[in-house]
Amino acid sequence: MIPRHLLLSVAAMLVLVIGLGIYGRRMRRQAGELEEPAASELPVARPASGPTETVTLYVADDAAGLLRAQSAKILLPGGRQQRAEELLRALLRIYQQPGAAHPLAPASDIRSIYLVDPGAAVIDVNAAFADQHRSGILSEQLTVNSLVETLSANVPGVRRVDILVEGKTRETLAGHADLTQFFDVQAVSQAVSGP
Amino acid sequence: MQTDFPATSVHRTLALLLAMVTLLPAATSADEKQVSVYAPVATYTLPVLERSGHEYIGLLELLEPLGRVSSESAGGRWKIRYNAIEAEFAAGKMRCRIRGHDFNLSAPFLIENSRGLVPLGSLSPLLPHFLGGQVNFHESARRLFIGEVGIQPSFQLEPGPPSRLVLNFSAPVNPTISTEPGRVRMLFKRDPVVSPGSQSITFDNKVITQASYSENNGAAVLDVSASMPLLASFSNNGKTIILAPAPTIANEAPGAPPASGSTNPPQTQPAAQSASGNAAPNVQRPLAVVDPAHGGSERGAALSDTLAEKDVTLGFGRLLRHELEIRGFAVLLLRDGDNTLTVDQRAGTANGARAAVYLSLHATSQGNGARVYTALLPVEEPGKGPFRAWNSAQIPALAVSRTVATVIVSEMQKKQFAARGSAASLRPLNNLLMPAVAVELAPGTKGITDLTSANYQQQAAAAIAEAVVSVRDRLGVQQ
Repeated sequence: MIPRHLLLSVAAMLVLVIGLGIYGRRMRRQAGELEEPAASELPVARPASGPTETVTLYVADDAAGLLRAQSAKILLPGGRQQRAEELLRALLRIYQQPGAAHPLAPASDIRSIYLVDPGAAVIDVNAAFADQHRSGILSEQLTVNSLVETLSANVPGVRRVDILVEGKTRETLAGHADLTQFFDVQAVSQAVSGP
Repeated sequence: MQTDFPATSVHRTLALLLAMVTLLPAATSADEKQVSVYAPVATYTLPVLERSGHEYIGLLELLEPLGRVSSESAGGRWKIRYNAIEAEFAAGKMRCRIRGHDFNLSAPFLIENSRGLVPLGSLSPLLPHFLGGQVNFHESARRLFIGEVGIQPSFQLEPGPPSRLVLNFSAPVNPTISTEPGRVRMLFKRDPVVSPGSQSITFDNKVITQASYSENNGAAVLDVSASMPLLASFSNNGKTIILAPAPTIANEAPGAPPASGSTNPPQTQPAAQSASGNAAPNVQRPLAVVDPAHGGSERGAALSDTLAEKDVTLGFGRLLRHELEIRGFAVLLLRDGDNTLTVDQRAGTANGARAAVYLSLHATSQGNGARVYTALLPVEEPGKGPFRAWNSAQIPALAVSRTVATVIVSEMQKKQFAARGSAASLRPLNNLLMPAVAVELAPGTKGITDLTSANYQQQAAAAIAEAVVSVRDRLGVQQ
């Protein structure tokens, strides 16, 4: 003979499970009815407004092992910090195109850029930027050089750059390029324009 | 509603926990067993694994530095190809096939994580099938000699006074020397020293009384007993070791190149000053630090589905060590196994050893040829008095580092490597006091297989060694 309290407990749990199932389906239906923006794998956000400006992007080429200065017209917002963020996102979009000469993961993103006077810039990238970056001295250094050169060429007064991942210091980008120190813009420029 | 947990399941859980606590410490032994392999092209050590009462070694790892090797594992069968020789093994079986002929191992073949393990006791009969020629395995001491590589010492006692024992070797040696009351011990791990003919020699001398030879765990040991403290000095380009009584007022000798093959600066007796008291340099060979990048828990780049950067750099490092040693350098290989080292440890060891040059080795599947890097220094931190900031310690040596890098690129291009130089923010280059470069080896015309080719690596290593030798006079800790 099954105890009565056990029967009541099981019955109550069954009611709960069925009720939750019905509620869940209703919620899912409601969510599906909401208008969704077009699916995009790129987490990069476009600026809401701003004039189109010509900027110089330093684009990496893995096969050649160097950076190439490339002129681009992009929409830039008004604020200095937002301009810097949009600048590097434009660079990122080049690397996220199929067949890019220096491919980066589609989920890579610039979370934020902080401009700290005098002369310091902190680039905060998301975890995917580092976690999904190809491991290798050349590949990682080209990414670092590309970010530093592009930022310093278009944001006057930047003399040193730090790169964080999800707001924290990481030892290396993907096993090689050291991210624990500030990059000297002048040293990077000399290395980029070296023999 | 109450439920009684069966008492037996509780007891079983406790028994399992107890077993884990007691067995886990036993699984790790402080005294790691190793095999030292001495071959004309390379000298290296490999770990020994104990399984079911037998000692095993990885066959692929054993053959890899000696030639072109590849393996595949499927369904309990393990195939290996060494140069043009094919062999097939089966997990748990003692019978295998080499070049179409059956061969019996002394214990069952094992496959662990796609690694093929052969019993140590089978090496003597097994290896000639792969290598041809002379293979001599000292099984109890775990020393494997391939070809005629043995170095035999000879003893010559000069009665003096002062009494001196002169040990002559047929090739340069670099033992770890330690002293204790009444004895000097010379440990030869990197050098294929063999018995002088007699395990023990007694001298008719009141100061130096006896010399004995023994072998153990991949090394040869020469012990010299004496009635007073002895100091060792090197001459004849490392082919002669002279043991003589220590001077009564003993000055600290200038730093001698530490023995190669260790990951830390050895705590041993440096070479002595000459009897006349002149501070003549007793060791002629400059010290090169070779640093195979990554290791242990840090795999580095995934070069393929099965090939990790750390494995390529280790083999490459061993070859470079050999190439530098035969060109007159003493070499400290920072990592001679699959162990984890931090960048600070690597820099600290190299700086502490006062090396003449530091060479970091990396590998990549991207691009081709090689890239040679010097330090891209970060924003300079201010020094404190006589102390230089750790992250810009390289500054005084950077110019020479660039010279070394340029010469390495040139030598590699001569050997048909597509080589280029650059700067990188790569630790620990910026933490080093001596000229420091990093070489990133990329595939050649044959793709990824080049990275595991001993031939390809040896060509690269030879080019690097030639380059380093050509700038030898400029090397050293820079002021």
